[in-house]
Amino acid sequence: MAQQQTQQAAAMPDDGTGTGSEGPRPGGHRPRPARRKGRPSTGDIVRKVVQIVGELLLTAGLILLLFVAWELWWTNVEADAKQSQAVQGFAKSFAGPVAPVAPANPAGPPNYGKPVVAQAPEHGGMIGIMYIPRFGPDYSRPIIEGTGSDILDTLGLGHYGTTSMPGAPGNFAVAGHRQTHGAVLDNIHLLVPGDKIYVQTKDGYYTYVFRNNQIVLPSRTDVLLPVPTQPGATPTESYLTMTSCNPRFGAQERIIAYSLLESWQPASAGPPQEIAKQVAQTAGKG
Amino acid sequence: MYGWIFRHLPGPLWVRILTSAALVACALALMVQFLFPWMSQFTTLTDSTIGSAQQP
Repeated sequence: MAQQQTQQAAAMPDDGTGTGSEGPRPGGHRPRPARRKGRPSTGDIVRKVVQIVGELLLTAGLILLLFVAWELWWTNVEADAKQSQAVQGFAKSFAGPVAPVAPANPAGPPNYGKPVVAQAPEHGGMIGIMYIPRFGPDYSRPIIEGTGSDILDTLGLGHYGTTSMPGAPGNFAVAGHRQTHGAVLDNIHLLVPGDKIYVQTKDGYYTYVFRNNQIVLPSRTDVLLPVPTQPGATPTESYLTMTSCNPRFGAQERIIAYSLLESWQPASAGPPQEIAKQVAQTAGKG
Repeated sequence: MYGWIFRHLPGPLWVRILTSAALVACALALMVQFLFPWMSQFTTLTDSTIGSAQQP
């Protein structure tokens, strides 16, 4: 009996320091039940609590790191796949030649009349595809009706439902993420005045020319007015307004990019020369 | 905590290693599926819309 107690006493400090670690367990001998009967010292309990708290804190840190990786990387992978699927689905159902068609009257600039203004689809419906050659030769993103996170977090550019449709006098305004979920407008600050922005809808192609950008506070809803930032003005031109976060990895401000409609051509006229190759590729006919 | 879980997994060492790998994979899948999308509402990184014009 006395010998057993000495053994227990000898095992005690080992129990304290070795908790949680894979200490050697000779010959499957489990002294655990015997230890439980021995009363653990205050030090043992403190050590155990500190260890569990430490492991939980390490776990929380790891989860936060994983969250950052998920947010900044994985959401892009997911959204890119969904968006290119949407773009391809739209291109498949697009009725019209995918190569530029020579105008009937080669002399003088082609005139296709007033741009067609489509009816805005339901929330979540697809308006068309936006091509921005400045963002790279493969940049094509779907434009979806609505600016809720259900739209912006997977499907790309969201059209503000309160603003007009492409081609109408007024403001066609879209929002897109600067980072995460496809980072559709990550390079919005790289646009140079004069850059072309193409919007393809089922009716045709609207060519916008980038004019300027502006950095505002998130409360500045007047950038979405029919004539941006001019309340009460009657629009005579068609604007394209894109909004995104600013700075690039923050959201204290918004960066706004204004463009003006330059020309329009119906689907039957084929795509504008600059994006012809891309349109053909997207449609799977290039 | 983790040591305690590992010690209480059944089977020989290699089975326990495989089981813990599967548990880690499960935890990751749950986080990606449920936890991270929920957490992302607390980051302001994803606000790209303008003021009250944001639709539900």
